[in-house]
Amino acid sequence: MHRMRRWSVRNARWLKKLYHGIENALTLCHPLFERVGYQRLDKSFLAIEKVTKGLLIDSQSCGQCIVGFTGLSCPMNCPKTMRNGPCGGVRADGKCEVKPEMDCVWVMAWEGNQQLGEKEYPIQFVQPALNNQLIGTSAWLREVRNRKAVDNEI
Amino acid sequence: MKFDDEPLVPGENLPVRPGHDSPGRLERVLRAGAFVVTAEIAPPDSADPEEVYARAALFDGYVDAINATDGSGAHCHMSSVGMCSLLTRRGYAMVMQVSARDRNRIAIQGDVLGASAMGVSSILCLTGDSVGVGDHPEAKPVFDLDCMSMLNMVRDMRDKEHFLSGRKITSPPRVFLGAAANPFGPPLDYRPLRLAKKVAAGAQFVQTQYCFDIEIFRNYMSVIRDMGIHEKVFMLVGVGPLASAKSAEWIRSNVPGVHIPDHIIRRLAGADNQKDEGVNVCVDMTQQIKEIEGVHGVHIMAFKQEHRVAEIVTRSGVLAGRELWRPGIARDVDPATH
Repeated sequence: MHRMRRWSVRNARWLKKLYHGIENALTLCHPLFERVGYQRLDKSFLAIEKVTKGLLIDSQSCGQCIVGFTGLSCPMNCPKTMRNGPCGGVRADGKCEVKPEMDCVWVMAWEGNQQLGEKEYPIQFVQPALNNQLIGTSAWLREVRNRKAVDNEI
Repeated sequence: MKFDDEPLVPGENLPVRPGHDSPGRLERVLRAGAFVVTAEIAPPDSADPEEVYARAALFDGYVDAINATDGSGAHCHMSSVGMCSLLTRRGYAMVMQVSARDRNRIAIQGDVLGASAMGVSSILCLTGDSVGVGDHPEAKPVFDLDCMSMLNMVRDMRDKEHFLSGRKITSPPRVFLGAAANPFGPPLDYRPLRLAKKVAAGAQFVQTQYCFDIEIFRNYMSVIRDMGIHEKVFMLVGVGPLASAKSAEWIRSNVPGVHIPDHIIRRLAGADNQKDEGVNVCVDMTQQIKEIEGVHGVHIMAFKQEHRVAEIVTRSGVLAGRELWRPGIARDVDPATH
């Protein structure tokens, strides 16, 4: 699993594009989702996410995915569930303080950010505290609804 | 350092000056441009307030503010809220450390209000060590927030006067906000950016991990200056005496995030009195750090050697003749001048 995580971070640039492509495609389906009902679709989408994102990035299904900011390194694999960067305890060899056998999630996130080739590092965006009520729900569907909500506000 | 608006009653805070966020001495002294000294107080494994007073008294006249740790190293001790409450009553400037490890957002916000009501004017937001390194490894790690979301939350409590939920706070906590930084942990090239992010999240002062590797720190500070971060945040650099070469070896392999280069350990090992040599290293380090542009002070963490803090401060000459607050100083103020 760790090998797959590393692969995803090294390929962060096009994987992020793919990820956003999926979200864009899903956003187009919004009218359909609305007719069927987001609530009813959530379980199926969560299952798809668990398989795909689970395989690629060890996604922990927090329901508020930020891997676009973290160079495709899922921050929920951090034993301290830090969502805003590495703690001070990272070992000299870049391994986790708590799990010495694991690469630090945030050392990988920094590598991934450098792969992205973007003008500014998205890792610098200050993420809000995790909403515990959303754990175990579909992050993709939430993103679609958020985008539509923003559209409606404009 | 005595100000012209010192409170007459010990335990009362200073007035909040325009452009300041807190009534605390730490913010005052930093904004006045002094080279500041803070130190970490050892929390007792006891419910006796006299132990807290005795431990604080070791620093009287030698430090500008005292950090009260929050279960440091994931070990259980008297709480930072408790220690701060006792010591602010006597006029000490306290930095209350808050770790995200043991409490969720409901508890932390309550503590921030409570501590502020008790006179705490500076709060240091930390993620915290993992429970695994402490004496209760079977405890549930909370980590509801991280240091960054905690900074953001407390800043909003102060500036926007609301809880994280959006509910209104009628009288906001007037606190000066701090964060920790580890310039010596991987990924080294990301560490300056990490500090910039903490500043963006609300950090106004930062206290770093122990600095034993001056070269790494100089490089770090040169990036910090290039980015202009040293003009947005007060940098207090962590120093401390190592007890012996053996204990230095133990610390670097067992305490998360502490980097001690080999040449320091060799220097200790080669000394006749290793304990004294540890203090010498600390004094040297303090003097070298003071010369680095963009540094605003030192933070002395003299674990189990708190009685040597005064000596470190005196010998390093960092106060440059500056007289510091000590209990009783408030009574020297002449009420007629007010």
